[in-house]
Amino acid sequence: MITKRIIPCLDVRDGRVVKGVNFENLSDVSSPVALGKFYSDAGADELVFYDITASSDGRKLFTEILKEVAENVFIPLTVGGGINTIDDFDRVLKCGADKVSVNSGAIRNPSLVKEGALKYGDQCVVLSADIKRVDGEFRVFAKGGRVDTGMEAISWIKKCVSMGAGEVVVNSIDTDGVKKGFDIEMLKAVVDAVNVPVIASGGAGKAQDFVTLFKEIPTIDAGLAASIFHFGEVKISELKELLRNNDVIVR
Amino acid sequence: MIAIIDYGVGNLFSLSNAFKAVGADTVITSDPEVIKKADKLVLPGVGAFGDARAKLAENGLDKLVIAEAKAGKPLMGICLGMQMLFEKSYEYGTHNGLGLLKGEVVAMDGRLKSEYKIPHIGWNALSFKKDSALFKYINQGDCVYFVHSYYATGCQESLLAVAEYDIDITACVGVGNVYGCQFHPEKSGTVGLNILRAFAEIGG
Repeated sequence: MITKRIIPCLDVRDGRVVKGVNFENLSDVSSPVALGKFYSDAGADELVFYDITASSDGRKLFTEILKEVAENVFIPLTVGGGINTIDDFDRVLKCGADKVSVNSGAIRNPSLVKEGALKYGDQCVVLSADIKRVDGEFRVFAKGGRVDTGMEAISWIKKCVSMGAGEVVVNSIDTDGVKKGFDIEMLKAVVDAVNVPVIASGGAGKAQDFVTLFKEIPTIDAGLAASIFHFGEVKISELKELLRNNDVIVR
Repeated sequence: MIAIIDYGVGNLFSLSNAFKAVGADTVITSDPEVIKKADKLVLPGVGAFGDARAKLAENGLDKLVIAEAKAGKPLMGICLGMQMLFEKSYEYGTHNGLGLLKGEVVAMDGRLKSEYKIPHIGWNALSFKKDSALFKYINQGDCVYFVHSYYATGCQESLLAVAEYDIDITACVGVGNVYGCQFHPEKSGTVGLNILRAFAEIGG
């Protein structure tokens, strides 16, 4: 049986993880390498690194850090942030990323999904979509969820999957930061529309929210979260235990 | 020294990093002399079978790998590299593999219930079918990371482990000195590292 995946997401600016707090046994909480290894040892199934650096110096630093992560962490690594061209795919894959997450870059230039899939395979291209309810429909937002693109989300996701996106991360802006649980309604709509793995993001506030996610949507593949892991509110090892006790199959 | 055969498909640094983490010396190479001198060979691979097979045939690396394996040198194929050990693949046409193992590679599409997504991506549990030196440090039920849309079939003779994904998916194979993993040991955490460690220790 394939297991449900738990994926911590790390925002990296100028080579350092943004918003980390103190963990036991972890001396440098803002080191992507130390934190990545810590999560991997705790049972994380995959890691996502988002480069939120704006400067080119910071970007260079990010790829150097990524190399160091890949030398020390032996689980799949997904990289997103600032992926606008096929050269960006090359840049991060060469440094040890296994998958590349596209968001605003794909909105600006949808053929980026196709180019990435043709060159590196569908499994390498992850579509990340920031989605919010507007006028009774699911709408795609760009630029970190700030700009309404006017595009209906389900058709956008289907289009990207048909062009070769091998996985989809659905980030609900409506539930993000609210910590009241994942956006079950939105996620169900996406899972029903595509036949590639779907990763839920936005809204996890406690371990039970992951149980609810996998129970309500048995065909969803993974749950992603950032702050609840970084702030130590939810420990991955304990989360896995809770899921196991609720008959959700995890590693 | 383990030679990781570089024939222009995919990034091989994860693999060499993982071997390094278990204390094994590797060299990423396409040089026939280095391959001949190596104690063991690893045949990696990502992408489509036909392309990769054609690239391996450039400069005669395919013949060299076959000769070295037949002379008894331990060889491990990983992912597409494992698929290439078989006789044939039906990925976008019909392609001949290296023929080191009996069996052929077919699409999952059409063989799984519709609710099973393709590619088979994620962590899945190993179910051992035979004992193997590769399993020295791992246990029945340990999970490893898969990413693939095609799988090997008709390979009872070499079948070492399967993973259940509606059907039994060939996960690990081995006959004599020739081994293969459909999953990515270099991305499978401690379990994966322990498989690489066991391979590195074979014969030594």
